[in-house]
Amino acid sequence: MSTYNAPWTRDRVERSVLRVLRWVGIAFFLVITLVPFYYMVMLSLRPIQDLLLRPGSLFVELGNITFSTYREVLAPVSSGGQGFLGFLRNSLLVAGSSMLLALAIAIPGAYAVSRLPFVGRRQVSALFLAVYLFPGIVLAIPMFVVLTRLQLRGSLIGLVLVYIAQTVPVAVYTLRNYFATIPESIEEAGLIDGLGRLGVIRRISLPLALPSIMATGIFVFMIAWNEFLFALLFLVDRREQWTVSLGLSQLSGSVEVSTTVLMAGSVVITIPIVVLFFLTERLLTEGLTSGAEKG
Amino acid sequence: MAAPPTTTGPSKASRSGGTPSGRGSAGRRPPTLRERDARSGLLLISPTLIIVVVVVVVPLAWSALIAFQRMRLINVGRTGLFDDLTLRNFVTVFSSDALWSSLGTTVFYTVGSTFLAIVLGLVAALLVRRPFRGRTFVRAAMLIPYVAPVVAATFVWRVMLNPEFGIINTWGTRLFGWDDPVAFLSQARADVSFLGLEIPIPVALLTVIAFEGWRNFPFAFLFILARLSALSDEVEEAAIVDGATPLQRFRYIVLPQLMPVIAVLVVLRFIWTFNEFDSIFLLTGGTAGTNVVSVRVYELLTVQRNVGGAAAQSVFLALVLLVLVGTYLLVVRKRGGQQL
Repeated sequence: MSTYNAPWTRDRVERSVLRVLRWVGIAFFLVITLVPFYYMVMLSLRPIQDLLLRPGSLFVELGNITFSTYREVLAPVSSGGQGFLGFLRNSLLVAGSSMLLALAIAIPGAYAVSRLPFVGRRQVSALFLAVYLFPGIVLAIPMFVVLTRLQLRGSLIGLVLVYIAQTVPVAVYTLRNYFATIPESIEEAGLIDGLGRLGVIRRISLPLALPSIMATGIFVFMIAWNEFLFALLFLVDRREQWTVSLGLSQLSGSVEVSTTVLMAGSVVITIPIVVLFFLTERLLTEGLTSGAEKG
Repeated sequence: MAAPPTTTGPSKASRSGGTPSGRGSAGRRPPTLRERDARSGLLLISPTLIIVVVVVVVPLAWSALIAFQRMRLINVGRTGLFDDLTLRNFVTVFSSDALWSSLGTTVFYTVGSTFLAIVLGLVAALLVRRPFRGRTFVRAAMLIPYVAPVVAATFVWRVMLNPEFGIINTWGTRLFGWDDPVAFLSQARADVSFLGLEIPIPVALLTVIAFEGWRNFPFAFLFILARLSALSDEVEEAAIVDGATPLQRFRYIVLPQLMPVIAVLVVLRFIWTFNEFDSIFLLTGGTAGTNVVSVRVYELLTVQRNVGGAAAQSVFLALVLLVLVGTYLLVVRKRGGQQL
């Protein structure tokens, strides 16, 4: 293979083997990450009989492609569908308001934690880290009881409240790192020019942090869109209030809804979030991993 | 904005018969920028603090209280804050064998999934470390499992693993000569003979571990890749000059520098997986030997409608987690690390 007769040293063997393994590895990861989602889209376009007849097939023949699955999953219940348009609206409402409110709360908080010397600043940071790490099920019980008592169970407001509380600490965490990278001298120049602290935040820091704020907002949106446990606990009895995640999980348990229709539902709830993610990927991954470089 | 200065301690001005209220007296200097900043700081942080305290801290504390009450879903509205505190919930929870077996399942599941996610993430990051054509595409593809809604992801897995028409079993029986389709998600154990030994394999549990590892490796991938790209090339180039082989360079130069970020990932993934509910509930519903503690808490709460029992169990879960993570952090600190 090689044109020169170098001895087979350990170094050369390792290099050749790794060169091959690298492409094998990349192919392996592409298969495990892409095939499930390809399979999802592929099934959603097939009639159910076709799936049962040829379960091993990885392709849909062009003549067999159908969009009736999408029609069925999106159409309202009154016209024989599964009402996913309504679920999409609920999810959009919940995720959108969680995003806006979480940002409105987290931006001032993050700025304070990163710049302003108030009493208890370190304790507040520790508290947020603890909340960030303390997830789901433990919190679910008291929230379930509180919302039952306030009769907010079954309303989307309770859900938004929980999502805000769970995402604000994360948002403060990522935004804080970003505010810290804005040179203090720029802000001091603003202060000398006669702006108050709030003026500095509004006129100088916020515009500079805008990319990071957008990324954080989208991150919150994604968390709220994908969330399942609290939606299940709070909304399960109220079909008209279901979010997309809850809707899909509930319909998958019923026999009348065929697998291909549910695959169409999966595609419908996955695509917006994946598209949103890739539009902002660079920003999001930087926000998520900022701090990892320091090790 | 301009709240009165709230310096504590008696001021000279007010003691020497100045303004009795002690505010805005002539001898008082105006607040410095630092003091004003400290005040704005508190003001700006307060919305965050309020929502975290009201929706997280107070409910958590209350959860601990509910654990000592005989609260059922029916009487949720009537139970007073400190009504009839009792240890009965804990007695019931601890005396059940199911608790200890589900704790064992939870630990096995958590360790397995955490390990798998980090190993996959590490390998993936090493693979795309150096530029190649299509790297951006590969990198993006690797993030999809983490981004996709968990319900959709579990659902695709359930269909792929379906014994009747799932692609894995169809191909497995057709191409690889499996005797029967494998019920990946509903079979608690299978005995596989290997060299004359019958080895029991927890099929469903391994399947949910595989799912969790698959779903979360992108998180580890991102963190490790970020760290890798921040490493300086010089040390490695020096090692090449010294004749170190690729594996030696990885073992003695790259891996040690990755250890801090891997340690952080171990803690984060361990905590999150230990509490994981969604993927197991959606994949198996906690059947076939996958009944982890969080799914038991959910069942106590909604199926048995025993709010007090559910709270007791979740408090126990939180304490176990606290002890495990605390021990880990202590060990790491003793060995000279500075994680988290």
